[in-house]
Amino acid sequence: MEPNEIKERLKIQRHPMLEQEPKERVKNFFEVPLGYTPEVAKEEALRCIQCKKPLCVSGCPVEIDIPAFVELIAEGDFIGAARKLKEKNALPAVCGRVCPQEDQCEKMCVVGKRGKPVAIGNLERFAADYERERGEIELPQILPDTGKKVAVVGAGPSGLTVAGDLVKKGHKVTIFEALHAPGGVLMYGIPEFRLPKAIVAAEVEFLRRLGVEIVCNAVIGKTDTVDELLKDGYDAVFLGTGAGLPYFMNIPGENLVGVYSANEYLTRINLMKAYRFPEFDTPVIKGRRIAVFGGGNTAMDSARTSIRLNPEKVFIIYRRSREELPARAEEVHHGEQEGLNFKFLTNPVRFIGNKEGRLEAVECIKMKLGEPDDSGRRRPIPIPDSEFKLHIDIAVVAIGNGPNPLIPATTEGLDVNKWGNIIVDNDTGGTSKRGVFSGGDIVRGGSTVILAMGDGRRAANAIHSYLLNGKK
Amino acid sequence: MFTIVEKKVLSPGVFQFKVLAKKIAEKRRPGQFIILRVYDEGERIPLTIVDSAPEKGTITLIFQQVGKTTTLLGGLNEGDDILDIVGPLGKPTHIKNFGNAVVIGGGIGIAPVYPIAKGLKKAGNRVISILGARNKDILILEDEMRLVSDDIQITTDDGSYGKKGFVTQALQELIDSELKVNMVLGVGPIPMMKALCEVTRPYNINTLVSLNPIMVDGTGMCGACRISFDGKIRFVCVDGPEFDGHRVDFDELIRRNRSYFREEKAAMESLTYHEGPRCYERFES
Repeated sequence: MEPNEIKERLKIQRHPMLEQEPKERVKNFFEVPLGYTPEVAKEEALRCIQCKKPLCVSGCPVEIDIPAFVELIAEGDFIGAARKLKEKNALPAVCGRVCPQEDQCEKMCVVGKRGKPVAIGNLERFAADYERERGEIELPQILPDTGKKVAVVGAGPSGLTVAGDLVKKGHKVTIFEALHAPGGVLMYGIPEFRLPKAIVAAEVEFLRRLGVEIVCNAVIGKTDTVDELLKDGYDAVFLGTGAGLPYFMNIPGENLVGVYSANEYLTRINLMKAYRFPEFDTPVIKGRRIAVFGGGNTAMDSARTSIRLNPEKVFIIYRRSREELPARAEEVHHGEQEGLNFKFLTNPVRFIGNKEGRLEAVECIKMKLGEPDDSGRRRPIPIPDSEFKLHIDIAVVAIGNGPNPLIPATTEGLDVNKWGNIIVDNDTGGTSKRGVFSGGDIVRGGSTVILAMGDGRRAANAIHSYLLNGKK
Repeated sequence: MFTIVEKKVLSPGVFQFKVLAKKIAEKRRPGQFIILRVYDEGERIPLTIVDSAPEKGTITLIFQQVGKTTTLLGGLNEGDDILDIVGPLGKPTHIKNFGNAVVIGGGIGIAPVYPIAKGLKKAGNRVISILGARNKDILILEDEMRLVSDDIQITTDDGSYGKKGFVTQALQELIDSELKVNMVLGVGPIPMMKALCEVTRPYNINTLVSLNPIMVDGTGMCGACRISFDGKIRFVCVDGPEFDGHRVDFDELIRRNRSYFREEKAAMESLTYHEGPRCYERFES
């Protein structure tokens, strides 16, 4: 690119995505950012200076050819851009929405060194949406049948990625999903206003069209075991079962009615659509004063979901300070716009209930930050005699998940670490058991959609060579 | 698909279905359960697998119409499909030869007791059954239970059949008799399970109960079904459904099972009743 053109491109300011007004959006579950128009997308794509050595790509866990798809958008070839994305990413409409781009591709963006980085995530979302809305989804080339069969356990981000990659390479892939609908955390966890379920359904449908078979209502470890899958003719198994065991805080009163794990609260509302009760049968208790405990993305999702159920107040109670919040800055910002009340440096001590065993209040204690702990963050320390009571009728515990033991407990020779996470080779996702690979939260503990997808990509490559050469 | 191949009315509002679910029929063991969903907007509810016929690929389910989902389920007929069934879930009952095993079923709780009694009998136990019901008309599975029991006692609240009184009294009499009771397994309304645990506690008799909390996913992912067991959290779906009854906080379970009583009432009121084979229909707003 000519220096003059680079100069011209660098003059263009980053285009924010239009959003629903906070006052409006707290009354509905529709998506918050509204997407780019084609004109805006083209303008934004023109900000990319097409670096010879694109650092952005090195920031992407699935190594999307970012300059190439962005340039296609700049040229107005939106369908071409979507196809370019899909060469590396089976779920671009999902990643364009839920990836922490600010810590990945956009963090590395050279344009961002002086000004704001190219809005890669917004552009990814635009191209994927454009293609889907036009209905012009072209199937990629599928290599000839290899005669090999792969079982993928769990239809979440890692499993869907593995399935998409392997089916394109000519293997026969079956996904086993425990719930009645595929998508994993994309369905039960991430709220509709951040990731419309119709988009997840469309991405899953795309995999079905590629030839992936999806069997719902199949709990591996119960309906079938991993060993049975291997015996029944699957040549390899990928375990992407997710972080399926919610942690509680082990404080008094945690089993009072009105105390939910974030998993239960979000599953009721997202997967089972309790926000549309009684049109949908699954209820959720609608609190007047709701407190969410934790500071990660799941806590933000729980709190922002709560505020859409028309309560008086929603609190986020976090034991460290704002600086240590693990949630994406964008989520925190959105939450604040929507009226969340953050209570930093605060930790719950016990829940208090009424005679019927329903939650009435939480007693909290104020904290201060001490020396850094193992995670490098400053350790929160309680301040003596600083207890206070906060009246709440719903509590959502969003402090993370442990690995679900169903599969490790029923699979011979599958090694796990002391927390129960499956141990894998970082380059291949290979486990201690021959022919069995794993990735995503069952390996990492609580992590992100895109890192799970990155694991899926690596495991798919390793499974492919295992199937062809018999080596891990 | 999960097709209903046989439907029987056991007592008013209590149905027995045989449903095609090949894999589950092969895999299930006594004490395990399934979760089902009747239609797209429906709830996920757990039901015990009462029996199975692997050669026919069917499982037997028994349920009472108490809420919206079970009411609509009861409106289905032979040939209809159940939208989703997942299982077998939960741990199977630990079955061995204990010696003298007393199994107690109260009301609809006789349904989950039956497969366990059958398993205990097969393992060589002397099975003594105590079945309780409010009255004779609503007693279920008497014939089936007789087939797997060495001895059987029946109690009704109103004395319309068997002995007048409660299962706890029959249990106390058994303990007071010559018989050495090696284990007790009881399933029924929570107050009944709580009461029978209090009967056996002074004698330190191994007493198992099968719990029926509210569940969502049934795989340990959500924690809706958590109970206090010796003061610690346990998930009934993966750690249970059977627990040592002496260590369960039943009062808490009663309160938790009432979490949605308002919503459940509202949901029932949204059903409309009319004459005909599918007598209940969902209210279309």
